[in-house]
Amino acid sequence: MTGLANTEPKLESPVGAPAAVATVAASRKGRGEFLYFALRSKKFLFAMGILLVLIAIAVLGPMIDGTDPVATDLLPMQPPSTDPGYWLGTTSFGEDVFAQFANGLRATFFVGLLGGGLAALIGMAVGFTAGYRGGWTDEILNMLTNVVLVIPSLAVLIVISSYLKARGVLFEAVFIGATSWPWAARAIRAQTFSLRSRDFIDLAKLSGRKGWRIIVEEIAPNMSSYLFMTFILLFGGAILIAASLDFIGLGPTGGMSLGLMMFNAVTYGAALLLGYWWWFIPPGLGIMATVGALYVMNVGLDEIFNPKLRDI
Amino acid sequence: MLSLNRVSKFYKVGTFGGKEMAAVRDVSFDVKEGEVVSLIGESGSGKTTIGKMVLKLIEISRGSIVCDGTDVAAIHGAEVKAYYRHVQGVFQDPFSSYNPIFKADRVFGMIRSEFFPGVPNSEWDAKVDAALRSVSLDPGQVLNKYPHQLSGGQLQRLLVARALLLELKILVADEIISMLDASTRIDVLNLLAELKGRGMGILFITHDLSLGNYISEKTVILRRGAVVEMGATDKVFGNPTHPYTKVLISSVPQLHKKWAEVEAEIQARGGDDAGTCLYHRFYRPTELSGDSTEDRPAMIKVEDDHYVGCFELGQGICKV
Repeated sequence: MTGLANTEPKLESPVGAPAAVATVAASRKGRGEFLYFALRSKKFLFAMGILLVLIAIAVLGPMIDGTDPVATDLLPMQPPSTDPGYWLGTTSFGEDVFAQFANGLRATFFVGLLGGGLAALIGMAVGFTAGYRGGWTDEILNMLTNVVLVIPSLAVLIVISSYLKARGVLFEAVFIGATSWPWAARAIRAQTFSLRSRDFIDLAKLSGRKGWRIIVEEIAPNMSSYLFMTFILLFGGAILIAASLDFIGLGPTGGMSLGLMMFNAVTYGAALLLGYWWWFIPPGLGIMATVGALYVMNVGLDEIFNPKLRDI
Repeated sequence: MLSLNRVSKFYKVGTFGGKEMAAVRDVSFDVKEGEVVSLIGESGSGKTTIGKMVLKLIEISRGSIVCDGTDVAAIHGAEVKAYYRHVQGVFQDPFSSYNPIFKADRVFGMIRSEFFPGVPNSEWDAKVDAALRSVSLDPGQVLNKYPHQLSGGQLQRLLVARALLLELKILVADEIISMLDASTRIDVLNLLAELKGRGMGILFITHDLSLGNYISEKTVILRRGAVVEMGATDKVFGNPTHPYTKVLISSVPQLHKKWAEVEAEIQARGGDDAGTCLYHRFYRPTELSGDSTEDRPAMIKVEDDHYVGCFELGQGICKV
């Protein structure tokens, strides 16, 4: 036993030793780390590049081109050329496809951001609360989630739409957001359940942290890439739901969207039959590129968020 | 200072929570200033549950835990924070005690923002530095690192350092030694001894009898959530009375003894305890499922500061 006591730690340390304090102080630096790793992830930069190009088209396109997407004063059925107003050709009614594409892209991003964002917010609020609180709160929120989950949203939307005289992109986005959150809520609830029993949550409680701060600062960052993927799925989902609504003729009554372009191309223009590829390829490619880029970005972000996946 | 009075914890199990399962039954003991109390028991004996109830991380089903006149079950909000200023815990698994995506020293930052918001940088840095040195850690080696870049021993000592930043009266140390290697083990043990010397009460939760014997003044032996034997460490270890305690003590592997010899000894003893499962002989079958007090052996004083709970106290193997 006597041999055991030879490594007694010293409690009386040289308090305020300048060099050591400098070491402690230095540990507080190193904030912009996220950016550092983000700029070194090829996947993230690639996806960001595609998204920025698409956003640039959506924002700047209508400004540069300036053509009314539904004006029928151009030569109909023209393939793409370098002449102004004919960059992506024209429809069989003499509309400018590029103007339609740029405006449609705006509507697509709007529906995706608002619809997907709203669904993600509701899903997170419900999922985190249910998962962290547990008990009766969980029972009630879970019941609500399941009720919304089994509502046939497409059928409800068809019914509502048939009563509305004019439909806007905003209505479409809000409706999609309010009906597509349950899956996100269930997934987040399950993740929160498994995280809240970890020791570091107990340690945060012992440090006097409040419940909502534990959710925001301890639990959420642990699933940040997951939350982002949820947002991406909901973003893409909202775009696809909107496109399918437009495609069956329940789209915005005044305005343009990528789904509506495809609807017009197939229904009124017989573009598939007559081979007017420039009418339906751009909107399809636009939807695909948007959702695809978000997916690649998610993989890149996973490497940025999770220090274990970084190559250092 | 810390006093547990007939503390029980029940969990609802089965469909619609119709049945109750007792994790802790009627546990009472005290932790005084400058005293280390070891809570010893096998896996599932409820020792961690007791620690978490003391830390108010789990609700108490019955009984009360009182610390310095504060009833732990009755405090809310700001009072809980005030309680945590004096009562802290260190957990078994150092790797899961840290949020893996943040740097390890964030645990200090949390303490600072919650308990010392107005303290200037220089003063705080000196405080952190002193705490780290008192657990024999070099600040330059452990600060600004992610948990996966540090060893288990370093992480565990960081957690002790974190607790030292506060004005601690009670430290709940839940198996803090079991994940450490032999050389750092003794450092942490000696650190605990030093803290004890400063008047801190330590609830030392362990399954390792020799550790409990080495460090503690008082020993509480738990089985199936109930205390089977408790008292001064030298009395419990010197004169083990409950058969379960005897089994525990005789099952500690000894440095100069091989298993073959131990087996031969048990065979030679023969009679009562050979071959039968001693765990179950001293509990009536009803006691195993129900929780009515009458079915539980009362704690009986066998000598000064030495209590035993056994149905067959004074008979057969349970002779004092």
